[in-house]
Amino acid sequence: MADYVIIGNSAGGIGAAEAIRQVDREGRLTIISDEPYPAYSRPAISEVLARERALDRILYRPKDFYQRLGIQAILGTRAERIDFSAREVYLADGRRVHWDRLLLATGGTPFVPPMEGKDLLGVYTFTRLDDALALDQRLRPGSHVVVIGGGLIGMSVSDALVKRGCRVTIVELMDRILGTMLDPEGSALAEAAARRAGVEVITGHTVQRIHDDGNGNACGVTLDDGREFACRAVVVAIGVRPRIDLVADSPINVGRGILVNARMETNVPGVYACGDVAEAYDIIAGTTRVVPIWPAAYLGGRVAGLNMAGWPAEYPGHFPMNSLKYFGLKIISGGIQVADGDGYEELRHGDDQSYRKVILKDGRIVGATFVGNIDRAGIILGLMREQLDVSSLKEKLVREDFGLIHMPAEWRRQRLYGEYPTLKTPGLVLDRQAAVRSEVA
Amino acid sequence: MKRIYVKEEYCIACTLCEIHCLVQHSRSRDIIRAFKRETPRPIPRAIVERDGPNSLSLQCRHCAEPLCVYSCLTGAMHRDEQTGIILVDPERCIGCWTCIMACPYGVIRRGMYKGHPVAVKCDLCPDREIPACVDNCPNGALTFAEEAPHG
Repeated sequence: MADYVIIGNSAGGIGAAEAIRQVDREGRLTIISDEPYPAYSRPAISEVLARERALDRILYRPKDFYQRLGIQAILGTRAERIDFSAREVYLADGRRVHWDRLLLATGGTPFVPPMEGKDLLGVYTFTRLDDALALDQRLRPGSHVVVIGGGLIGMSVSDALVKRGCRVTIVELMDRILGTMLDPEGSALAEAAARRAGVEVITGHTVQRIHDDGNGNACGVTLDDGREFACRAVVVAIGVRPRIDLVADSPINVGRGILVNARMETNVPGVYACGDVAEAYDIIAGTTRVVPIWPAAYLGGRVAGLNMAGWPAEYPGHFPMNSLKYFGLKIISGGIQVADGDGYEELRHGDDQSYRKVILKDGRIVGATFVGNIDRAGIILGLMREQLDVSSLKEKLVREDFGLIHMPAEWRRQRLYGEYPTLKTPGLVLDRQAAVRSEVA
Repeated sequence: MKRIYVKEEYCIACTLCEIHCLVQHSRSRDIIRAFKRETPRPIPRAIVERDGPNSLSLQCRHCAEPLCVYSCLTGAMHRDEQTGIILVDPERCIGCWTCIMACPYGVIRRGMYKGHPVAVKCDLCPDREIPACVDNCPNGALTFAEEAPHG
């Protein structure tokens, strides 16, 4: 009987736990997290800040999840150290947990640059429920909040702050917001939407210093051009880095994140990684890369879990893709947003408020942007996922009515009469009506 | 598990599948009321696609490895373990449209529930023996079966 240990209680860890339990009801399964909460929807912490939902309404799984799956959940206790030869995890409270198969699903850590005042009270990051709860307590009616970083997290926290009646200033170092997940046209529409909601957007600048009110509280900021703002809170939302402290000075190979193969296994047999901490295959980049998005974390976790439990499964790879719903705008984007270099072809359909764009290279979709009208975007992203040659469909791809009917009959037949090739799991037959049973084909 | 299969050569793009789906998923289950009186108007979960003379009616495939479920940020999208049907819990859906991004069939629609946007999709009509779209297809283009049709 195997001892499975998962460090991390978010999308990747839960994906692995569910996969393990689909094929092994017996093995001991432990999930360790330094957060004291049952798994919750991390992206939904903005709903908590906006006071639209409380914790019990952003739980990722039903209340009886751990019990029903026979999971020992060690929550609120940090994994401090891993002994890779004795195969033990050392916990902050002195306990040790033995593993035969280990999954590192520790996620990311927000990056806070060295900056005067970054440790003052009233300076937050925004990736955990506790961040949202702490910021919530700090706010007063009409508080001014400076958000450093105009990426996905910056937008999500700003949207919530506006709903709370705060004044918000976004300060983005790049010349446009959402610069890594949108083209300039999409960024301009997103910025216009944020401004319409009352947000002040400053691009091409950054915060140089956070002011101390004399009592250790943040009370304002100075930008790199000398401009000053008074504020009640600062949210640093510049980016997230793989949380790799647990594997520092360990035999685990690390690039930007923990390097894994198609089975999501590290160079140390029996040790796996997934999610924001891992560097797994990126279909569009054609190499391993950190793709810190929720869907990739779950899928990677699922592949890791199946392999941990002895079922061969292959990670098909992923690429960055995001859906944004902030400030009333609907945006879905995936892969390359700006075709930089030779051999790219751009297809676009729409007007100046709403458009669909696809970037092709060698007949394959390498990037897609949907602004305004996002319906059925997944069809295009699916073709991109599979890297099918869509040269013959070029005229139709960005049309609003594009569908399976336009695909070659063979592709359609497999999709409609067979199964979508989400994962390669040779030998594993999943019975839809018995999600926790399996058999050999 | 039974799924809905389409025989394209019999589909005449009449959209009766969409209409009966909408009525089935309305509060009144009355065609006139569903179209004229219900706000928001119920949304059909079957989609008719057309390309020149060709057409097909498309519904959720209830995938064995469902990307919508794997991608869902909140856990609202889930598989009912008794029936195998993929369902949305509207109480937990935050309308982030990550499922629309993930579904390679494009069969998840944007709807409303208690005043907030939620994903809506085919639930295989739990109150009926045969789903409304299949039952009302005038030309036998839709079947509800364990296996895909042959030929």
